[in-house]
Amino acid sequence: MLGSRLEFTPLRLPESAQRLRAEVRAFIQAEIDAGLFNPDIPTDDWEIHRQFARKVAARGWIGMTWPKKYGGQERSYLDRYVVNEEMMAANAPNSVYFTADRQSGPTLIKYASERMKAEVLPKIIAGEACFCIGMSEPDSGSDLFAAKCRATRVDGGWKVNGSKIWTTNAHHADYMIGLFRTSPPTKENRRHGLTSLLIDMKAPGITCHLIHQMSGLRDFNQVLFDDVFVSDDHLIGEVDGAWKQATTELAYERSGPERFLETFATLRNLVGLAGSEPDGRTAEAVGRLVAEIHSLRRMSVSVAGMLEAGREPVSEAAIVKDLGTIWEQELPHRVRQAAAYFRRDSENYDHFERVLNFHSRIAPKLTIQGGTTEILRGVIARGLGLR
Amino acid sequence: MEHDDIIASSAQRVLSDLADIQTILAAPDDSWRIRLWQAVEEMGLNVAAVPASLDGADIGLQSSLGILRYAGNVALAAPLAETILAGWMLGAAGIALPAGMVAFGQSDFSDCLTLHGDRISGTIARLPFARDCAHIALLAEHGDGLAVVLAPLDKATIEPRGSLAFEPVDRVTFAAAPVIAAAAAPAIFTRETPLLVGSAARAMQIAGALERMLAITIDYAMQRQAFERPISKFQVVQHSIAQLAGETAAALSAAASAAEALEAILAAGRSFDDPELLLELISARIRTAAAAQKGSAIAHQLHGAIGVTRDHILHRLTLHALAWRNDYGNEAQWSERLGQLICAAGPQSLWPLLATR
Repeated sequence: MLGSRLEFTPLRLPESAQRLRAEVRAFIQAEIDAGLFNPDIPTDDWEIHRQFARKVAARGWIGMTWPKKYGGQERSYLDRYVVNEEMMAANAPNSVYFTADRQSGPTLIKYASERMKAEVLPKIIAGEACFCIGMSEPDSGSDLFAAKCRATRVDGGWKVNGSKIWTTNAHHADYMIGLFRTSPPTKENRRHGLTSLLIDMKAPGITCHLIHQMSGLRDFNQVLFDDVFVSDDHLIGEVDGAWKQATTELAYERSGPERFLETFATLRNLVGLAGSEPDGRTAEAVGRLVAEIHSLRRMSVSVAGMLEAGREPVSEAAIVKDLGTIWEQELPHRVRQAAAYFRRDSENYDHFERVLNFHSRIAPKLTIQGGTTEILRGVIARGLGLR
Repeated sequence: MEHDDIIASSAQRVLSDLADIQTILAAPDDSWRIRLWQAVEEMGLNVAAVPASLDGADIGLQSSLGILRYAGNVALAAPLAETILAGWMLGAAGIALPAGMVAFGQSDFSDCLTLHGDRISGTIARLPFARDCAHIALLAEHGDGLAVVLAPLDKATIEPRGSLAFEPVDRVTFAAAPVIAAAAAPAIFTRETPLLVGSAARAMQIAGALERMLAITIDYAMQRQAFERPISKFQVVQHSIAQLAGETAAALSAAASAAEALEAILAAGRSFDDPELLLELISARIRTAAAAQKGSAIAHQLHGAIGVTRDHILHRLTLHALAWRNDYGNEAQWSERLGQLICAAGPQSLWPLLATR
C-alpha cells in the first residue's frame, strides 16, 4: 500500500539506453525521410504498419526484455521504454506489435503454456503477430468483472459464445487475449469466474464488425464469437481466477509514454508555427506546456525505474495515467488558444490546423482507454488506504 | 551518501520536533525560532551546501535541497532555505558563511544590484526574512561580470512588507553600502542563478507542504463522520483525495528531479545557461506552483470550515505553499522564459531536449 508517502525517485536513464535512443531516432528519421509515415498525423493504413513492424523486428526492438529462450534479449525495461517513447513522439506506425510488446507478450510469458509460448512469442518478436485485447463488452466496460461472453467446457477445450466490443484492430489481429465467463461469480467474490484465454482470431466462428470513430479512424471493432473452439493449451493462468492476474500488468500499461504523448504533435507544431521569437503570450503558453509534459515524463521515467527494480507501482502508475491522459486531452485545446493570433492564410497554418483537428478529434477517448479516470482514481484511493 | 541520509533524517526530526505547526500556533512568542536555529547550527544544516574547505557539511545541493522537503512539511517560517543557498553561493566563490540566519537574493527578475569597489547599491523589492537576518548573500553586477557578495543588512534600508503567509518579505535598499566580502562569480553563473536555485528550493518546500496536506487530509477524511459514515467512504471524496495525491506526486517528482539535475549538471561543469538545467529548474517551479494552488484548494474543500480557522494547521501549509510561489520569479515569467528558449531552439529540438535524461 502506498499510504500518504509518495516517492518518485529522479531516474537518469543509463548511457546504454541513451545510445540506443540515438539508433532508434536515426531509424525513425530515415523512415520519415523515405516517406513511409507522417510524424504529425498517424495513419491507419495497415500495410504501412506491417512494413514498419518487420523493420522494427529486424532491429531487434520487439520483445527486447523477454527471456532469450523465447527469442527475446533480456534487455532492460528502460531500453524498451526508450524505444517506445521515441516511437510515440514520432507517431510511428507501431500498431501491429505495440499491444503484444507491451502487455500480451509479458502475460503469455507469465501465464501461458510452454507450447503456446514457443509457438506465439517468436512470431511477435518477428513483427508478424498482432494482438488485440478482449476486455470490454456491450454491457460491461469499466466493470470488467461483469463480463458475460461465455466459454463453456467441451472435450479438449472450450466453446466461446458472445461478443467483445471497442476492440482496437481486432479485424487485423492474429490473436486476442480475452476475459471469458467460465463460472458464475460467488457471493464472497464477485470477481470469481472469469478465465483468460488466448484466441486465434482466424478461427472459424469469429466475426469482426468495424466501428467508425469520430476521429475518422477505423480501428474499433465489435467481435462476435459463435461456437469458437479454443483448445486447452490456450488457457492463460488459472480457470475462474483471471482476476488474480490482472493487477501487475496494469502498472506497465498505465505509466508508459503513450499516456501523455498521444497529442504531442500539436505542441511540436505550435512551436514551429510560433517561430523563433514568439510574443509573450505565446511563449508563456509554450513554456507552461513544456514544463508540464517534462514533469509528466519525469514521473513516467521514475515509474519505469520502479518496474525495472522489480517493484509493483500500481498506484504510482495510476497517478501517471490520470495526470498524463487529462493533460494530453487538454493539450490540443490549449494549443488552439495559444495559436489564436497566428495568421491563418498560410500553408503552414493549413498543416497546423490539420494536425490540431485530428488530435482534437481523438482527445475525448484518451481518458477512457486502458482504464478510465474514474477507475484510476479508485485505484489511487485504494493505494492511499481509503478503500 | 550514508552521511547525507543521517543529516536528512536528523533534519526531519529536528524540524518536526522544534517547528511543529500546532505547537507554534499555540506559542506565545517567536522563541521557538531561536531554539530551532540553535539546533540547525549544531547539526550544521545551515552549512549543508558549504564546501568542506570552508568548514561546511558539504552534502551537495541535491541533499541540501532534500532537507527543504521537511521544512515544507512544517511550513517552516524561518530562513533555512535562504541560509543554505547563501552558504552554497558564497562557498562557490570561496567566501565562508557567517553564523546566524542569512538572507538570499535577488528574489525577482526586476531586482538589480551593482558592486563598485567594495560598495553595493540597488534594491531588492521583496526579500524574504530580511529583518531577521544580519547578513545577505547576493549576486551583483560588477563591471562586465558578476560578483558574489556577502553584505551586512544593518547598512541597508529595510522597509517592512508582509507576504501572503504573513511573513517578512521586506524592501531592501543598498546605497553604496559597504560589503564584507566579494569575489568574482564562478564562470558557470548567470544573472539568473539566484532566481534559479531559489526556485529549486521553493519547489521542494511546496512539495513538502503538499505532502503534509495530503497526509492530514487523509487522516481527517477517515475520522470525520457525515451522513453516518466517515467521509472517506464517499467516492467523490476519494476521487478528490486521489487528485490531491496526483498534485502532490507531481510536485515531489518535479522538485526531486530538479534537485538531482542541478547537482549533476553543475558537477559536470555545465553552466546555468544549459538548456537541460533550465528545463528542469523552470519546470519544477511551474509545476509546483500549479500544484500548490490546486492541491491546497482540494485540501481545504475536504476539511470544510475547520481548515480555514487560525487554530488548525492547514492554513499554515496553504499560505506558505502559495506564498512560496512569489519568491525568485513568478511562474508566469518563468513560463515565458522557458517558452522563448524552446521556440528559439525550434520544433525539431523540442523532443530531443525533453528526452535528454
